[in-house]
Amino acid sequence: MSDTQIDIKKYLRTQFFPQMWCPGCGHGTVMGALLRAIGDLGLDNDDVSVISGIGCSSRISGYLDFNTAHTMHGRALPTATGVKLANPNLKVIVPFGDGDSTAIGGNHLIHACRRNIDITAIVMNNRIYGMTGGQYSPMSGPGVKASTAPYGVPDRAFDLMELVKGAGATFVARTTVYHAKEAQNTIKKAIEHKGFSVVEILSQCPTQFGRKNKTGEAPQMMEWYKDNTVPMGSKKLEENPDLIQRGIFVDEQVPEYCEVYQANVIDKVMKKG
Amino acid sequence: MTKNIQFIPGSDACIEGALYAGCDFFAGYPITPSSEVAEGLAAELPKRGGKFIQMEDEIASMACVIGAALAGKKVMTATSGPGFSLKQEGIGYACMTETPCVIANIQRGGPSTGNPTHVAQGDTMQARWGSHGDHSIIAMTASNLQDIFKITVEAFNLAEQYRTPVILMFDEATQHLREKVIIPEPGEIEVIDRIRTKIPVGEQYYPYRTDENGQRPMSDFGAGHRFHVTGLHHNLLGFPDVSPENVNALIHHLVEKIDNKANELARYKEYYMDDADYVIVAYGTTTRSAIQAAEDYRNQLGVKVGVLELQTVWPFADDIVREKCANTKAVIVAEMNMGQIVNEVRRVVTQPEKVFFSNRVDNQIIKPGDIKAALKMITGKGV
Repeated sequence: MSDTQIDIKKYLRTQFFPQMWCPGCGHGTVMGALLRAIGDLGLDNDDVSVISGIGCSSRISGYLDFNTAHTMHGRALPTATGVKLANPNLKVIVPFGDGDSTAIGGNHLIHACRRNIDITAIVMNNRIYGMTGGQYSPMSGPGVKASTAPYGVPDRAFDLMELVKGAGATFVARTTVYHAKEAQNTIKKAIEHKGFSVVEILSQCPTQFGRKNKTGEAPQMMEWYKDNTVPMGSKKLEENPDLIQRGIFVDEQVPEYCEVYQANVIDKVMKKG
Repeated sequence: MTKNIQFIPGSDACIEGALYAGCDFFAGYPITPSSEVAEGLAAELPKRGGKFIQMEDEIASMACVIGAALAGKKVMTATSGPGFSLKQEGIGYACMTETPCVIANIQRGGPSTGNPTHVAQGDTMQARWGSHGDHSIIAMTASNLQDIFKITVEAFNLAEQYRTPVILMFDEATQHLREKVIIPEPGEIEVIDRIRTKIPVGEQYYPYRTDENGQRPMSDFGAGHRFHVTGLHHNLLGFPDVSPENVNALIHHLVEKIDNKANELARYKEYYMDDADYVIVAYGTTTRSAIQAAEDYRNQLGVKVGVLELQTVWPFADDIVREKCANTKAVIVAEMNMGQIVNEVRRVVTQPEKVFFSNRVDNQIIKPGDIKAALKMITGKGV
């Protein structure tokens, strides 16, 4: 199905537009890619449940015409786990920010990976806490300027892909909002994947990250993604291994949690009874 | 028909009550002395097609049951002391989003790690005020295992009816005590299921609109009424709305839907209260010693002592406690903390100066002798 045939408006609560994101924010591009992916898959509004946490990115749930919950900071994944386990027929998607997923919610992230529950986690990574005024996140990286790091961030950053690979996620991918079509296709594959999938999407925050770090406006920040990210296994990467890799890092089939619980626990004891 | 009579610990009485009420989802994290509730439900729920999940922490467990409740399940989690503290944000979220859930807090000593294996009643105020902001809460307890069964069923009923978290404030002593429990036949105790909307799919459904019966019928994620749930102040559709008039109406609703029903929600028991000159107010395990003290005073000294057992701790039954304590010479509040319900009793009685306090905070249950020591000081007579 081509883009022109996907009417993403049917997935939007347009009465709440214009949305509250700042001009130049990358999150709208992520929302568009997510909805086009859902449209590509031909999913009905009632098939999908979107559970988000707290922060700029997590306000996305309010704009989407599915069953949606805007939960507690860091707690989107365990809430989504409850939704999914209670109703495994739902496609459960968790779009959230870098702080929500890797700082306050870091414990839940690694355990969702380990459990391999069929949820699609989309990490909208702008390397900053936007809503609370530009404090640093575990993904900011050394030297980044933030309102709580006026002299530069002292901590090392997570490499999210390595983190979730290590924790056992069965679908792991990274892309950027500059590569919107790639983002759409990656999200589509992640939703199709049976198991826990993590898609990191680099998304610019000109208001908080850009202003403090003098990275320019949104177009310059998006160009940075173009110039500093490369597809996995590309020639450019061979020439410069420091570039950020895009692509699907892991895609493997491992028994999924809800199915395992049904088959190995419920079906087993009920037959026995 | 032979009755289903069991000789079981308090944790099993709680489990049997949850199953009788139709609980079909449990998420939890192990903590002493509550773990037996999780262990029992891990074994029993799958036999009925229900689900159990051990989450990575207490916070996750609370969030997980909220998610499952939104998708239509009758949910429960169980915890103790530090775990109860960790669940507080989630309890507040469930209050705000009006998501039915039951949280069993099998109390132990505290603060902090305190004493995981001994008894206390130190979480009474945390149950009421542990989460931030204005909201009300229902919290219940019981002193014997038959009542633990019954109160657990009621907790589920009230959670569904009032769309609220209900906290079970049992304690370590009754949790580990074994007693005879008669499991009623289905139908003997009323089981209230979630009130679901009758709005046809496709028509506008307001998840937070009160109907003509004073209820807010729910829908389940996946049932066809698409709606939004947020911990932000929200309007009747569930979408963020921080206008002063909306916030005011929402907070009043969250508080008043429970506080205005305090008398209806009050579950309490009276022992020797008809002619009591002195009243012991107690709840949970403490009640058992209060009854013994009352009996000893009556039988050996002829002093008319009665016991008022509170099974609904929150909302506090102001009117009932005031009335039951009205024509008495003195009131003794017995609890295993440094003074929590005693202040509520002083707040509501007409003569606060006649309210006395009997407590222990040394890992030991309050014994009849402790309460009798207080009675001796007040009456001048001892047994």
